[in-house]
Amino acid sequence: MKAVDFDYAQPATLAEALELLSREDVMVRPVAGSQSLGPMLNLRLAQPELLVDITRIAELQTIRQEGDRLVIGACVTHARLEDGDYPDVTRGVLPSVAAVIAYRAVRNRGTIGGSLAHADPAADWVNVLTALGADVVIAGPGGRRSVPMTDFILGVFETALQPGEIVAEIHVPALSDRARWGYYKVCRKTGEFSHATGAVLIDPARGVQRCVAGATSGKPVVIDGPALFEGGCTEAAMAAHLAGSPAADDPIALRTHTVALKRAIAQVMS
Amino acid sequence: MSAHAKSISLTVNGARVEASVPPRQHLGDFLRERELLTGTHLGCEHGVCGACTILIDGEPARSCITFAVACDGRSITTVEGLDDDPVATELREAFAAEHGLQCGFCTPGMLVAARDVVLRRPDADNPAIRTAMSGNLCRCTGYVGIVNAIRRVIDARNTNAG
Repeated sequence: MKAVDFDYAQPATLAEALELLSREDVMVRPVAGSQSLGPMLNLRLAQPELLVDITRIAELQTIRQEGDRLVIGACVTHARLEDGDYPDVTRGVLPSVAAVIAYRAVRNRGTIGGSLAHADPAADWVNVLTALGADVVIAGPGGRRSVPMTDFILGVFETALQPGEIVAEIHVPALSDRARWGYYKVCRKTGEFSHATGAVLIDPARGVQRCVAGATSGKPVVIDGPALFEGGCTEAAMAAHLAGSPAADDPIALRTHTVALKRAIAQVMS
Repeated sequence: MSAHAKSISLTVNGARVEASVPPRQHLGDFLRERELLTGTHLGCEHGVCGACTILIDGEPARSCITFAVACDGRSITTVEGLDDDPVATELREAFAAEHGLQCGFCTPGMLVAARDVVLRRPDADNPAIRTAMSGNLCRCTGYVGIVNAIRRVIDARNTNAG
């Protein structure tokens, strides 16, 4: 199918983009790499009247280190994060995870901010940045605000973004040199959407022992503390943690989620 | 033509192109229907099958989920533009020798993606080639010939370089 007939703007500054996004006379949506919105437009799941392309805004393309955090502009592509032309404060998390997002042809266009704003529960950054304890800086008509990942993703395709707001930056905290991380996703085919995602971070220096179960048909499920490590990641334990999500009532989904997290934990323990 | 038509200026296979495009027109349709470059094939039109893969500023991209209007100022290369490209030439010969194609529908996208693998992953073993090519679907070959063709080109280049 083909997209509906929409109008299109390509502002050069964030201020211009926010001005366009604040319009109330048309249904307006921001777009970055269009690797998620593009399919939705073609399938007419999204039918905006105006698309505001934010990929020509220079300040959204930058990566910089600020103290012990890496600040990633919303329009930085997965391919750039994969290739690693920046000080990786995450001991390999960013390039390793970027490398397994969809396919290179998609990673060349798709952006970290677009992925978060789209908020597909199966998306890699949705789950990994939750595990890392990243913050999302949102720009809107009222200025900027910073929201922790755990408060940013509210549900399936649902975020803390209010009308007229966009993701501007992602702040990723540095891992200590004792940190260990694991990541495993269950996909029917390489590069396809995950059916269950496990993301794990242990960082003794910061007192972090975190497991994240993702692609649960809801927001990422965060399990802090040592309970799931050392053999504690059982189906019974996972059923309790996933209670309330559709995955908890489906024995196959429950097993798949348990396996994904178990394998992510095994990477940390090995 | 859409009431929202926009003027764009871009390079297609080395030639300057000025066009007025409806924003809803994806790059694949622009290339096929306006530029009559029908070597770019459209399969799924939602970014899954890889048949429409082309190069934007030298990097592989899906032309079906990239809108032509977003390519203002960019340089586009389709399979037609790879006629004289050395890697693509080696790949075409290897695809023929290894039976890496049958009906040919996926082949333009395969060649563009394979060229990227050869250039970016000269160290790739066969599982790595399979992973890197997993965004391009072929319903004829079972992929064995395609992987062997890429293997052949990578090995030949590594031998010549060594």
